[in-house]
Amino acid sequence: MRPFLTAPDPYGVFSNPIGHWIIVVVAMVLLVFVLLTTTAYTVWMERVALGRLQSRPGPNRVGPYGLLQMAADGIKLAFKESFAPHGVDPLLFVVAPMIIVASAFLAWAVIPFGIWYGFTYWIADLNIGILLIFAVGAMNVYAIMLGGWASNNKYSLLGGLRSAAQLISYEMSLGLSLVPIFMITGSLRLQTIATYHAHWGWYSGPLPLVILAPASFVIYLISAVAETNRTPFDLPEAEQELIGGYLTEYSGLKFVCFYLGEYVNMVTVAALASLIFFAGWFLWVVPPFLALGAKIVGFLFLYIWLRATLPRLRYDQLMRLGWKVLLPLSLINVVVTAVVLVAVQ
Amino acid sequence: MSEEMEPEQRTPAEHPPQGVLADVAALAKGLATTFGEMVRKPVTLEYPESKSPRSERWRGRHYLRRYENGLERCIGCELCAANCPVGCILVIAAENTDEHRVSPGERYAKVYEINMLRCIFCGYCEEACPVQAIVLGPIYELSDTSRDKFVYTKEMLLEPNPDQQEPIYVGRK
Repeated sequence: MRPFLTAPDPYGVFSNPIGHWIIVVVAMVLLVFVLLTTTAYTVWMERVALGRLQSRPGPNRVGPYGLLQMAADGIKLAFKESFAPHGVDPLLFVVAPMIIVASAFLAWAVIPFGIWYGFTYWIADLNIGILLIFAVGAMNVYAIMLGGWASNNKYSLLGGLRSAAQLISYEMSLGLSLVPIFMITGSLRLQTIATYHAHWGWYSGPLPLVILAPASFVIYLISAVAETNRTPFDLPEAEQELIGGYLTEYSGLKFVCFYLGEYVNMVTVAALASLIFFAGWFLWVVPPFLALGAKIVGFLFLYIWLRATLPRLRYDQLMRLGWKVLLPLSLINVVVTAVVLVAVQ
Repeated sequence: MSEEMEPEQRTPAEHPPQGVLADVAALAKGLATTFGEMVRKPVTLEYPESKSPRSERWRGRHYLRRYENGLERCIGCELCAANCPVGCILVIAAENTDEHRVSPGERYAKVYEINMLRCIFCGYCEEACPVQAIVLGPIYELSDTSRDKFVYTKEMLLEPNPDQQEPIYVGRK
């Protein structure tokens, strides 16, 4: 498949290697800007929605509806002193925030935005797209653990260790929850999964896979919240017990990096959920970008809503849910789906 | 009572319902509660634009009152200064004369200063005053930029002459 274009290429721009790479670089730069803006407004949305869910208005002072709040916060954090306490590991203390940002952005290389007027809006068309997203997503563990360890602070270390245990526990059910999807669609390529078409008697068209694999969806949703370290699974940060967990000693732009990585990951899991379970960029007659965007915003709101509602789990509850509930459930889900698929075919 | 009871001694009604369905129902109930808050109007009072109502007895910034004919009530007796627990009031009295009559009594306050940094807004000055000259008013936004500016002089404290200006409001404006 020729990148970026499904229609014929009249001027030969896309077939030409130089033209191709120029377009790739432009697309990557554009993607970074889009992602940064999306992340900023995700934070804005989280703060406003959280405010409204708690019966208060949320940020509404900087700019209309507080829309410039994140710009103000960004400027404030950028001009803060980048403080490193005594006894930190100088290399790892700096590398850890870089890892989290790099891995968070890397996942977006394979996330497709849709096909519109003959153009394909994605950077890379990888036939193991989901695998890559899980691989770079797992690098978060390194960032959080190294950050916690390098900080020379017992709270940071505890936060880092908790995070490592949590991410490893939930990574398994997250991966396993998607195995039925791979079995149904026969592919790990996100584009194929998102454009899954059903042919059921009179109906032939795009089908949200949540209908075929609702158990997978529920397990994915819960595991994804745990993967992004969000409430009710935000034990690595746990403000009340661990100050800020691995974030305790970070300030200024390094803190921004951790925060950015976390929110990009949040958008990533929301985008994955919309692509895999909710037919990606298909929504009746809505243009692809708007359809995908609306679905992502819906999932983001769900995560914010959960954060506003649920208290944090205790550590043993977290582990019990991961290992004794979600993991067996996802295994059963895989087996049942396999049996049903074989029976149907 | 219920804390002292052992779990097995409890009546079944005291146990919350258990099981996956009950947990999901509890989760849904919680989510519905927070969503209900979302569609409701926020309870926040956005301070500089809107202020919460204050009672008429609110003890805020002091002011010195006048009689309706414009004469000052203060007779310079210094009872407020004597009664002040932190000693933040300074009164220096002077004699009234027929040519220069400021208050209806024998004397009036030539200097009346309150150090607002020391004042604890207890209202004892108000209670001590025999002519209800000093009163604690409704104003509470007293921030300023230097210590000197917190020594309020008589000109700042005195109620405007009723012939000239509106009187100081009481309660919510």
